[in-house]
Amino acid sequence: MSKFLLFILLLVTQYTLAQQATVVKFDRLQTLIESKSDQIQVINFWATWCAPCVKELPFFEMINAQNDPLVKVTLINLDFVDKLATVNAFINRKSMKSEVLLLDEIDYDSWIDKVDKSWGGAIPATLFINHKTGQRKFVDRELKEGDLERVILELKK
Amino acid sequence: MKKVKLTFMLICIGFLFAGKTPRYEIGDLVSDFRLKNVDGKMISLSDYNSAKGVIIIFDCNTCPYSRAYNDRIIDLNKKYAPQGFPVITINPNNPELSPGDSFTEMAALAKRKNYSFPYLVDETQKVARSFGASNTPHVFVLKNDAKDFKVAYIGTIDNNSRDASAANKKYVEDAVNALLENKTVSTTRTKAIGCGIKWKD
Repeated sequence: MSKFLLFILLLVTQYTLAQQATVVKFDRLQTLIESKSDQIQVINFWATWCAPCVKELPFFEMINAQNDPLVKVTLINLDFVDKLATVNAFINRKSMKSEVLLLDEIDYDSWIDKVDKSWGGAIPATLFINHKTGQRKFVDRELKEGDLERVILELKK
Repeated sequence: MKKVKLTFMLICIGFLFAGKTPRYEIGDLVSDFRLKNVDGKMISLSDYNSAKGVIIIFDCNTCPYSRAYNDRIIDLNKKYAPQGFPVITINPNNPELSPGDSFTEMAALAKRKNYSFPYLVDETQKVARSFGASNTPHVFVLKNDAKDFKVAYIGTIDNNSRDASAANKKYVEDAVNALLENKTVSTTRTKAIGCGIKWKD
């Protein structure tokens, strides 16, 4: 019986801990960008092949782990959709807990400007939005330790 | 708290300047440059004074998008060099940050893929900076207007990096075709997801 319980427990933890990327279209991202929620939206664009992206991911995971009700972290993955299994394996390997959305929109020119006009498309890039104050910040470079906290702090004002 | 504020302000200023680097816009006159090719020879833009124009592509060995577009870049040169619009590729990545983009690796790729066009090293990254290149591959189509090279198109090659056969907007081909027919280029700017250039600083 105890073995059975352990097995169930293992299943449950596996299920709750192991995140999977959700494949989405641009409308889902648009909802995030235009969301009327009170949370500060932290939207990071990354890919498994992008070394500087992978390097800064732990900072986003740290922010997400703080469970701050005022902050919502979303990781927008830009790997090709046929690499979904690779992305999920990566998420499991790194035990990532933040929400990951794989954006399946190959016609990049059709949506990049809608994220931010100044964005050339290079990743990593991160968009911060505080809908309550109307503040918005777009950073199209790798974030160093502490940058993320500083920007969020500034947007909370 | 004050310190945090100051640091934040400094970061903001840093970003502000990073975004304000002068870069070529459509119609701008391009300054001549001189860079080393994988065969060791120096190549200048002015070497192409007799061409109708050039297709400059900031590219590299390591980026998955560069790899996905490699054959399409080779095909662009095959198609347009005979029509007076050859391809010049330039690798701006710092090899210390991206070892796969060393001169030796570049030469190996050019040999393996039988490049019939230059693959230049932008060691100081000054050429990439002056163009305002941000990704690889990042294309700049230049029109030769009586030895004055002017920017006619900036952006991506087509609208499907994953699958060449599924691309239904071929931006670079459309731009070059228009220039060859003395027509105005209809789409002069496009954006694409790409690997950021590995800047030294």
